[in-house]
Amino acid sequence: MRYVEEFRDPKAARGVLAAIARVTGEIGATAEKPVHIMEICGGHTHAIFRYGLDKLTPEGIEFIHGPGCPVCVLPMARVDECVEIAERPGVIFCTFGDAMRVPGTVKSLMQAKADGADIRMVYSPLDAVELARRNPGREVVFFGLGFETTTPSTALSIQQAAREGLENFSVFCNHITVPPPIKALLDDPHMVLDGFVGPGHVSMVIGVHPYDFIADDYGKPIVVAGFEPLDLLQSVLMVLEQIRDGRAEVENQYARVVPEHGNPASLVAIADVYEPRPSFEWRGLGEIDASGLRIRDAYKAFDAEEKFGIGYAAGPRVVAEPEGCACGAVMTGRLKPTGCPQFGRGCTPDTPLGALMVSSEGACAAYWTYGGARAVEEAV
Amino acid sequence: MCLGIPGQIVEITDEARQMAMADVSGVRREVNVTCVAGADLSELVGAWVLIHVGFAMAVIDEHEAAETLEALRGLGEAQETLEQMAEGAKALEEQ
Ligand code: SF4
Repeated sequence: MRYVEEFRDPKAARGVLAAIARVTGEIGATAEKPVHIMEICGGHTHAIFRYGLDKLTPEGIEFIHGPGCPVCVLPMARVDECVEIAERPGVIFCTFGDAMRVPGTVKSLMQAKADGADIRMVYSPLDAVELARRNPGREVVFFGLGFETTTPSTALSIQQAAREGLENFSVFCNHITVPPPIKALLDDPHMVLDGFVGPGHVSMVIGVHPYDFIADDYGKPIVVAGFEPLDLLQSVLMVLEQIRDGRAEVENQYARVVPEHGNPASLVAIADVYEPRPSFEWRGLGEIDASGLRIRDAYKAFDAEEKFGIGYAAGPRVVAEPEGCACGAVMTGRLKPTGCPQFGRGCTPDTPLGALMVSSEGACAAYWTYGGARAVEEAV
Repeated sequence: MCLGIPGQIVEITDEARQMAMADVSGVRREVNVTCVAGADLSELVGAWVLIHVGFAMAVIDEHEAAETLEALRGLGEAQETLEQMAEGAKALEEQ
């Protein structure tokens, strides 16, 4: 067990691993006939590879890496639009660092910055609001990115800007929600999914009930999980026990942080500022109904799409994926990163073709960092 | 971006804007506390919170904070977040 010593509590980890092995056996899952468990969140994908959980658990368990990395599911067209906004005269474009190196069709935000655009890497949308206060003569645009975990932060920032009457602040809203793509994957006849490990910090905001449909309508177990390796192992065990017992429930392994009904103040702010878009485009998954959020008319003045006539405000823009890139198949768990013809060849962390190789939460980057590079050397 | 980082609220800096100073692994950073605020903001002083992109999103106990921090260090995410905070501070000063 090569990594167990790195656990905070190796003894507890061994106990859970033994239980996982036992229950996997009781289910009768084998390498030839595995149970497929999708970890939805990119943070979990990262932890699985960092701690080698896929190697520590029996061969009868197959981890399917889900679409829960917000920069990875960003269509290239969105990156292009970011660059276009950033390159307008007078604009200060603010983004989380994660999005800087994501390739667009022409360039990434990093390259646009090198070419002279005023692009700032910020830690928080509050930094962007502060920039708007300090630079009244400039248009400050924040690239609003992420799932429910970060959605409250931009909603509250917009409310703050509105209270102050900051006319030079806007958000290019690309916030997305977790449940709709899960539904899309469950509706896909090519996907075999036996259970889910749910993202803990998303549920910290929305609670556990938005996942009820997974258990009630699709008969699959889901366990909302924390981020420690031991949390993940415990959650996997809880999913396996449900499968063994023929149960399909929404369980909360991360109750110490996740309230059943989420965070009320966050939910109020989200509902005040945002409404669901009819549909939103996901890289690799296409358009998914009601999977993205847009800024309500009441806050139109803070909507960069309206202000700059870009994004969904300007109508659909379809951009082809780069040659030979399998990002879509990897994103949906249909293909392992090493199955992509570009992995480690055309596409490495230094020369990424897809966002999956850029973000630490991306499956390709995780494979590369924790052993994938070795796999390529062996394969070449 | 999604994992957040624990910090301890050390003082309320701006009642009206619901801002407080947090100590995040020795780094001081102003955070918004709307999502964890009760009727009296001063009650938050001394509390440990999970901070996501500058917003305190959940009150956690000290033990949980320590364990979460350790898990984040293991993943390299703690260092990354602290770097992002430093980047953010720098971005404000650029001309
Ligand atoms: S290796 Fe690169 S091109 Fe292939 S799926 Fe991963 S990110 Fe996309």
